[in-house]
Amino acid sequence: MAAVTQDTAVSTGRVTRTFLYVVLGVFALFYLLPLYVMGVNSVKPLAEITGGNMMALPRVWTLEPWRAAWSTAQIGIEPTGLRPYFLNSILMVVPAVAISTVLGALNGYVLTKWRFRGDTIVFGLMLFSCFIPFQIVLIPMALVLGKLGLAGSVPGLVMVHVVYGIGFTTLYYRNYYASFPTELVRAAMMDGAGFFQIFWRIMLPVSGPITVVSVIWQFTNIWNDFLFGASFGGTSQPMTVALNNLVQSSTGVKEYNVHFAGAILAALPTLFVYIVAGRYFVRGLMAGSVKG
Amino acid sequence: MGFLDISHVTKSYGQVQVLHEVDIAVQEGEFLVLVGPSGCGKSTLLNMIAGLEAISSGDIAIKGRVINGVHPSKRNIAMVFQSYALYPNMTVGQNMTFGLEMHGVPKPARDAALADVAKLLQIDHLLDRKPGQLSGGQRQRVAMGRALVRNPDVFLFDEPLSNLDAKLRVDMRTEIKKLHQKLKTTIVYVTHDQIEAMTLSTRIAVMNKGYVQQLGTPKEIYDTPANLFVATFMGSPAMNILPATVVMEGGQPHAEITDADGARRLLRFSQGNLAEWADKPILLGIRPEAITDPEGADRKSANIQPLANRVTVTEPAGSDTFVTMTLSGKDVIARMRADAMVAPGEVFDFAINMDKAVAFDPATEARIPQ
Amino acid sequence: MSTSTTADFRTRLQDWLPKVVLAPSFAVILLFVYGFIAFTVVLSFTGSKMLPKFDFIGFTNYAKLFALQHWTTAVVNLAIFATLYIAISMAVGLMLAIFLDQKIRGEGLLRPLYLYPMALSFIVTGTAWKWFLDPGIGLEKTMHLWGWESFHFTWIKDSDMAIYTIVIAAVWQTSGFVMAMFLAGLRGIDNEILKAAQIDGASNWQLYRRIVIPMLRPAFLSAFVILFHLAIKSYDLVVALTGGGPGRATELPATFMYSYTFTRNQMGIGASSAVIMLMTIAAIMVPYLYSELKEKP
Ligand SMILES: Nc1ncnc2c1ncn2[C@@H]1O[C@H](COP(=O)(O)OP(=O)(O)OP(=O)(O)O)[C@@H](O)[C@H]1O
Ligand SMILES: [Mg+2]
Repeated sequence: MAAVTQDTAVSTGRVTRTFLYVVLGVFALFYLLPLYVMGVNSVKPLAEITGGNMMALPRVWTLEPWRAAWSTAQIGIEPTGLRPYFLNSILMVVPAVAISTVLGALNGYVLTKWRFRGDTIVFGLMLFSCFIPFQIVLIPMALVLGKLGLAGSVPGLVMVHVVYGIGFTTLYYRNYYASFPTELVRAAMMDGAGFFQIFWRIMLPVSGPITVVSVIWQFTNIWNDFLFGASFGGTSQPMTVALNNLVQSSTGVKEYNVHFAGAILAALPTLFVYIVAGRYFVRGLMAGSVKG
Repeated sequence: MGFLDISHVTKSYGQVQVLHEVDIAVQEGEFLVLVGPSGCGKSTLLNMIAGLEAISSGDIAIKGRVINGVHPSKRNIAMVFQSYALYPNMTVGQNMTFGLEMHGVPKPARDAALADVAKLLQIDHLLDRKPGQLSGGQRQRVAMGRALVRNPDVFLFDEPLSNLDAKLRVDMRTEIKKLHQKLKTTIVYVTHDQIEAMTLSTRIAVMNKGYVQQLGTPKEIYDTPANLFVATFMGSPAMNILPATVVMEGGQPHAEITDADGARRLLRFSQGNLAEWADKPILLGIRPEAITDPEGADRKSANIQPLANRVTVTEPAGSDTFVTMTLSGKDVIARMRADAMVAPGEVFDFAINMDKAVAFDPATEARIPQ
Repeated sequence: MSTSTTADFRTRLQDWLPKVVLAPSFAVILLFVYGFIAFTVVLSFTGSKMLPKFDFIGFTNYAKLFALQHWTTAVVNLAIFATLYIAISMAVGLMLAIFLDQKIRGEGLLRPLYLYPMALSFIVTGTAWKWFLDPGIGLEKTMHLWGWESFHFTWIKDSDMAIYTIVIAAVWQTSGFVMAMFLAGLRGIDNEILKAAQIDGASNWQLYRRIVIPMLRPAFLSAFVILFHLAIKSYDLVVALTGGGPGRATELPATFMYSYTFTRNQMGIGASSAVIMLMTIAAIMVPYLYSELKEKP
């Protein structure tokens, strides 16, 4: 009988184990391949791409495509490179993540520790908003942003991302706080702490893990968004939209190496966050499967 | 009027009424234990005293001041929770002084109060630790310390010992009792452990299904239970309850029962007033320790009735031996001295202390006053 | 005796403060989600073209919508895409999770490798796969250069096959995430149950088929719900990978809605297509969320 320890592993023979490693290895290659292709081809001269093998390492190494993608490539009609759009994305992501996370934390706190009649319905309505196809709000959102004078501006995008991010952040914090003992809140109440004091002194100090999750989730989601950026970006388009414009531009020769460099630039911040704090991210995704 | 007055208090969650007209007056310095089976409303009542649950109707007053609707922190009460509810991010010292800090007590005064209580509870050396680094018993002490530091009018305890292992529970029980005797504070203590209730309390309120069944000293509750529920809930092993009929013999009321072989037996009651129940069925209650061997019988008792009966099972338990037999078709447990020579299957001469026997009305389940 | 239940100021403040704190978020959601949904539903019954107009024309937009070849293509594509995407992602994810759960050396390295595509934007994924699958510079050319002259892989240029390239890229992006969900589920299974089954004489295959996989039911449900709503919302990936082409071969309802509303100025029809998308998601999500949230204390 196989000794079952921490996983559901079963006893297997040599042949089976070899097979397992081969399959796992092949899939590892499958996931790595596109990144590898983008990587090597972003440091090749264009001629080597069109004339040579996509898999081959560069014969001449060059950082020129990266420089071009960053500061000189033609985006739309201006030869600005991706730099200004990168900045737009940063300006959009930081406040949107901060605001939606703070609101989510407060909402989760109220929905678990200050329950009231109908709180489940309120939460259900907030939760469903995570899953709507955003096409259903595009038209009225465009009108409202126009009316508010926020169309095509970074604050407009911040607002949109906060509105449609609250559902997720609330979900995370609510699930996290639900397993936080209510007796602690009651003890603090008897000790004389008020609503905000309890939040600040008792809840927040233990909210580190879920805050990491919420921030990473919101950061990747908002950074990677394309639909809202393309619809409401106007002159303040984020990185994803600019990358798409760069890649899809029909004028001139297709500078594949520049496109690849641009794609990696667009992916870098989220990849970085993922590498630094990926373990928490996975845990957060688990919490995302709506468990009370 | 008491120190803590609970008058006509009820509690409903929507349509469900979980507490019915509770009336308890707690005197200053009293140790009141609320005991009852799970779900009977003990915690609910305690939370209403604490202000953590709204009162549906009725009043709760401390020192004559009605405190319905007063914020929990303004009632001058402290509570020890079942899970201890220590703030995980704060040290022991910070945990204990958090309440004083919230009440605006200046730091020197907080530190002085902390030092006193820490010394009293012998936790001085733990003050810089986080709750996660403490054992169960230490956490329990810290939780009590947090309550003591506030120097409240009333202490509330919600099953504070139920998370401890058996040995530690007995130690902490003694400690709480000592503490109460030393500090003479007013305590309301919830438990579903009847031994805890008996040992700690000055008075007990036995609750069931949202009703207070009986309020009295441990002795009153044990010897003269108000009804069948209290009689069987308090005491371990539980009181033996036998169907019996009252018959008059020689002008004295007797309980008529049957022995293991189905033969009719009579046990004379000590009290005369059961004569009114002549020829009517009753439920006869006899505690296990009131059934012994003749040598082990209570010498002060004026009415020891002999009863020979067949023994079913014997269970030696070290200090005592529990003997099971059948009376009136029910299993009856007797608590014998450890060295009483009893063997299963034999017919043994038991001695029943009828001074301690009680009778219940089978219809209302209330005790028949004697 | 008076049953004075008038609370003091502190208590009353503490009573309404939580609701005040929650209110702005809730109001925003009510307005920007449910209000906007209502607005779009209303628009779908009007003859709006470039700007909203409130000339009600009943179900005309819906009738027109379902008569459009373009929309039919989008719906058929979505059906193909969603079915394959969900099925393959779950199969790959489950397989990788079970394999990784066999005390594999290097699990710590493989897990993040499988997962990292989740961190990328669909635009980046689309860009990468677009060139990788492009016969002129990508896989096909590489194979030819490596001497496999007869290798032929032109799905991305083939109107009948292009939709499958979307499936490939989407599976690439999310199957690692599905793997993580299943792995968490596997790790949550009580080992005593498995020991008991092994003592009962279950073979490895039976162990997984009869005990482990049925116990992963919650993970299957969560994965399905997440993949399903991602499938219907898929927009960026199509834009970056095929731009809806060749021709209209890879149009999905999401791209259809966008082009009808914003480039073809058929706002009424665009709105009605959005309503259909919402109703499709709601048909799955509402019962799911309801069962998740009810009877929780
Ligand atoms: N929020 C609530 N809504 C509805 N019913 C409740 C609520 N809280 C408690 N109850 C019910 O009130 C009754 C009393 O609960 P309470 O917690 O006071 O019991 P208890 O005597 O403390 O039991 P235990 O020994 O298990 O702690 C129970 O039947 C319980 O189901
Ligand atoms: Mg309780």
